[in-house]
Amino acid sequence: MSEHLPILVVLIPLFCALLIFLAGVFQKRAAWAIASLATFLAFAASVKLLALATAGGRISYRLGGWEPPWGIEYVVDYLSGYVLTIISFIAFMIAVFSRDYVKKQVGLDREVNFYAIYLLLITGLLGMIVTGDIFNLYVFLEIASLAGYALVAVGKKKGAIVASYNYLILGTIGAVFVLLGIGHLYMVTGTLNMADLRGLLPGLYHSKVVLTAFAFFVIGFGLKFALFPLHTWLLSAHSLAPSAVSSILAAAVLKVNVYALIRVMFTVYTPEFIYNVVPLAEIFFIIAPVAILAGSIMAIAQTNIKRMLAYSSIGQIGYITLGLALANETALTGSLIHILNHALMKGGLFLIAGCIIYQTDIYDISRLKGMGRKMPVTMAAFTICGLSMIGVPLTVGFISKWYLALGVLEAGRWYFIPLILVSSLLTAVYFWRVIEWAYFHKAASEEALPGRKIAEAPVLMLIPIGIIALFCLIFGTAAFIPEEFARRAAEFLLGGI
Amino acid sequence: MMETLHSPLPLYAVTVSLLAALLIGFSGRKPNLREFWTVSAAVVKFLLILGMLLPVLQGKVIEYSLFSVVPGLEIRFKVDALGIFFGVTASFLWIITSFYSIGYVRALKEHAQTRYFICFAVALSATMGVAFSANMFTTFIFYEIITFCTFPLVAHKQTAEAFSGARRYLTYLLGTSIAFQLAALFLVYFTAGSLDFAAQGILAGTGSKTLLTVIFVLFIAGITKAAMMPFHSWLPAAMVAPTPVSALLHAVAVVKTGVFVVVRVVLHIFGVDLLAELGLGTALAYFASFTIIAASIIALRQDNLKALLAYSTVGQLSYIILGAALLTPAAIMGSVMHIVLHAAGKITLFFTAGAIYVAAHKTKVSELGGIGRKMPFTMIAFSVGALSMIGVPPLGGFISKWYLTLGAREAGQMPIVAVIVVSTILNACYFLPIIHAAFFKEPSPPGGHGEGHSHKAWPWEKTRYDEAPILMVCALCLTALVTLILFFAPSVFFDLAKMIAEG
Repeated sequence: MSEHLPILVVLIPLFCALLIFLAGVFQKRAAWAIASLATFLAFAASVKLLALATAGGRISYRLGGWEPPWGIEYVVDYLSGYVLTIISFIAFMIAVFSRDYVKKQVGLDREVNFYAIYLLLITGLLGMIVTGDIFNLYVFLEIASLAGYALVAVGKKKGAIVASYNYLILGTIGAVFVLLGIGHLYMVTGTLNMADLRGLLPGLYHSKVVLTAFAFFVIGFGLKFALFPLHTWLLSAHSLAPSAVSSILAAAVLKVNVYALIRVMFTVYTPEFIYNVVPLAEIFFIIAPVAILAGSIMAIAQTNIKRMLAYSSIGQIGYITLGLALANETALTGSLIHILNHALMKGGLFLIAGCIIYQTDIYDISRLKGMGRKMPVTMAAFTICGLSMIGVPLTVGFISKWYLALGVLEAGRWYFIPLILVSSLLTAVYFWRVIEWAYFHKAASEEALPGRKIAEAPVLMLIPIGIIALFCLIFGTAAFIPEEFARRAAEFLLGGI
Repeated sequence: MMETLHSPLPLYAVTVSLLAALLIGFSGRKPNLREFWTVSAAVVKFLLILGMLLPVLQGKVIEYSLFSVVPGLEIRFKVDALGIFFGVTASFLWIITSFYSIGYVRALKEHAQTRYFICFAVALSATMGVAFSANMFTTFIFYEIITFCTFPLVAHKQTAEAFSGARRYLTYLLGTSIAFQLAALFLVYFTAGSLDFAAQGILAGTGSKTLLTVIFVLFIAGITKAAMMPFHSWLPAAMVAPTPVSALLHAVAVVKTGVFVVVRVVLHIFGVDLLAELGLGTALAYFASFTIIAASIIALRQDNLKALLAYSTVGQLSYIILGAALLTPAAIMGSVMHIVLHAAGKITLFFTAGAIYVAAHKTKVSELGGIGRKMPFTMIAFSVGALSMIGVPPLGGFISKWYLTLGAREAGQMPIVAVIVVSTILNACYFLPIIHAAFFKEPSPPGGHGEGHSHKAWPWEKTRYDEAPILMVCALCLTALVTLILFFAPSVFFDLAKMIAEG
């Protein structure tokens, strides 16, 4: 059984997605249960895979028994095991959260479709993580993307369709770039297996085709994970989608695309290539600071809570790319921890925004005054995730900043230290504002919502946000747990296979 | 070699008031039970710290490792002479402040009393955390906790003024600690590979002169709780807080945390020898001198009593930094002694300011004429505190000034001696008129201040006492007494200070 786990982790959500359509005909309520169960099983399988990969090193699974490089290979190593666990965990949390949320914010008639598409999205994401075949990666990328476009459009909010359309256009352009990159590589090497490509490419590093392919990958995935200045689709897509969808988009979809770029950078190409042959680091050294600053500053200017969170994602992506560009183990560890960190925080924050919207229909942060008393659990979770975004010690946000900062110093680029600190301060500005309004100001929202008593969201919505907030603290205090995995992954990436 | 004891006592001393905060939260409906938790936590904490005092006086060090966040970032406690010195001071004054607080909030029927006591308890936990930290990381965590948990106390009144003061408070303290102190932490860890405090510092021989200077400047700029100019203006802004908060937190716990961390950095991160070699001690000394003089001059012009006290605190805190910066044993002794001596004196002054506000609803210096006849106990305590600030024997403040002056001469810095003299004169200039007015001037005529109680016709002619609630008066008399006792019997603190100065 356990030798088939790498494929099961993809197949479980895929089959369950189909099952939901079938079961939906008879019993609509089954959809949520199946989706939760499927994501839970995927999570359990991921944990097992991570444990196996940690104990025994790289796990290779041959699809249909075909030898690589001819057949498709699935690979679980330190990196994919780590990301797989994060993504499937978040997917499970969001699935649990969705039960009450989807009924109200998406509508009963679309419930079955929502969960089926949601599972297809998860299938695509998990597939992207485990695959060791670059064309297979593209296939899963498209599955995830198409599901993502549909989920953005599923909401009731005005403008969601347009946002989804924008996302579709730019997302497709991104995917096409990736496909072109793959095509170029296939043209010169004749193989699609990543490990095989890695062996064949070094002789061709100065071939224009290989260089072009790399540029296509960076731009293609960059579009997908909203690398500044390719981020414009993100704002409306993330802010107008239903919150559960925003959460999975920010916490999982962005992260998996970052992961895909990392995989291509380090295991298809080599660290030698990306740091010495192409000027990728130099480009990221310009893009990342601008993303970090612009994202934070624009987030301060927002009054809509979901737009604020969306802008902040752009800055956080900047952190991850900065860590990639610094080319040392410490910084890369920081980047990888930040993937976990941002998945937890931003995933959690969008769900929290979902709780608030579910109960009150409030989007405007200035109307959150006094919310600390009315929705104490929700706002406590918001505070924890917010402090983690700021990077307060004992939250996981501090750990990624710590490693990034040490990595910056190790790389001898001390001038990024002020950048990290200033952006922490800017983050503090836009989160503290909400925290202060929620706890220390008298509620003005009573007049705004006459005759409605604001109470906590249903318990199935509170449990996921509570768990996520708790993990922000656990991984901030017992930070050696994620640090261990991230460091091994970083070692593996920089050290080669 | 110092003997090391491994004991969880420091952890208990930190957590006891955290536990109390929980209990306070649960008994919000029963004020008496709630206050019982505050007082018992204060007493238990003090006893725990006394329990650690004895071994420390015998030259031992108590250590306790909690856990490592990641390799290299450890939460660890270490109780040494400097830590216990600060711990004893703050925890003892917390007991007195607890009683005073109870009297104050009940007399004024303050709102959100439960939140007030919870935050107070957490603040004290964090203060002990700073006092007993074994490394800069642990210090930083507790330093930030203090900032966050005192924000609700400063914003307590929840008026627009309170919020603007509290926001300035948070901006300065959090902003500089992230922007500068955290940067210094990154650099120290990067150059020294450790953040542990060591008797001779950890930075000697690690980095270039420029780098070490940058780290030092970042530390000094980042430890804003010490209220060095130009990052001092949060302290006057924080005076919107209820007076017991100003008394314990903004004369003892919060600001002393600041100077305490500065002293820690000077002695145990850099080390006296390294700073002397770099010449940074002298630079810091002159910087502190500027703050001393400037703050005293600004204090001269204040009419709001609490603002005056705040500026006086700004000046006095820089004495402590000045002493540490002079790097000679006598100066360091004076510096450390000033932590407790200023604490006792300044808390007395704030207590009296609060008592005056509760009993007579007066906040301005110009309204205090003749108040000594109405509130003799309060104003005598005020005089004791003020004279101690000036440094008049036989009051505690004299001791620290004596050692500071000695230290300045040892260091051959005659201009610093002049600074101390000038500052003493300025202190006298702003405190003595208040004492004079309180006892010898006629009260300002009723009706002069319009609305409120003026038409209640104060019975000035009859010498009827109109003091604040008994809990408050007892508290402020006690701290005044402490100021006096510290002059005649400073032995325990003196021994500790000697141990610190000798390394």
